[in-house]
Amino acid sequence: MSETVVLVFSGVIGLAILLCLLRLLRGPTAADRAVAADTACTVTTALLVFMGFVFGRRVYLDVSLVYAVLTFIGAVAIARFLERGI
Amino acid sequence: MIILVSLLVLLMLCAAIAALVFRDLLAAVIASCVVSLLASILFYFLHAPDVAMAEASIGAALVTAIFVIALGRTRRYEE
Amino acid sequence: MVLLVVGAVVTGAGILFLFLGSLGVFRMPDVYNRLQAGTKCTTLGAFLTIIGVGIMEPAWFWKALAIALFILLTNPISNHALGRASRKCGVSLCDRSAVDKTKSFREYEKEEA
Repeated sequence: MSETVVLVFSGVIGLAILLCLLRLLRGPTAADRAVAADTACTVTTALLVFMGFVFGRRVYLDVSLVYAVLTFIGAVAIARFLERGI
Repeated sequence: MIILVSLLVLLMLCAAIAALVFRDLLAAVIASCVVSLLASILFYFLHAPDVAMAEASIGAALVTAIFVIALGRTRRYEE
Repeated sequence: MVLLVVGAVVTGAGILFLFLGSLGVFRMPDVYNRLQAGTKCTTLGAFLTIIGVGIMEPAWFWKALAIALFILLTNPISNHALGRASRKCGVSLCDRSAVDKTKSFREYEKEEA
């Protein structure tokens, strides 16, 4: 892939994470912030896989796999607390 | 590269200040989760994937789960 | 070369979906609308991005497919749990919404009473 394509793709993903962070700073209730954090975590997983391709190391995919597993645990813990308080 | 790293550190600073300011403690826990997310991306861009993996596993899941369990035992809103 | 172009197109489509999902999370008026934008677009976008990386580098395909399938299975579950929890803890709908079908559920009625 050429340099320009990599720059455009990572720039668009960075803009997506920035929009999620703005919603996290503005959101009126705690549920809004939880939704924004969960969306940012999923976007980050895709970003890590893509940057692993750009750097060209296969080991970097493992970080993304661990991240995808552990984000799920955090989101379920927050949802369970919101529902009835652990 | 230096621009990218400084931008990530600036975003981490914004999320950390938000975690200090929020009166709802659940929102503060979520903001600290986002701080560790950005720290994980920072370690990843600095070519340290094992540190990024440890930061992701501790920051995103364990600290969030332990803080949420502690919030369930105490009260949620700070006076 | 053909694989590289096809993978780049698939990755670009996924990244476009990711950006649109984040724009929906920023712009929508309500928790439930934000959940809908953030779940559908982000799941499809992450799936397409990771599969595109697997197409571009064929030695990585099975590991990338494992990550993509894991996201495809777990992301709707966690977002469904968040939506159900925010309905149960009493986050109100926006004032432009037309109908609220969850009023007829027995446990919500019991909670509102």
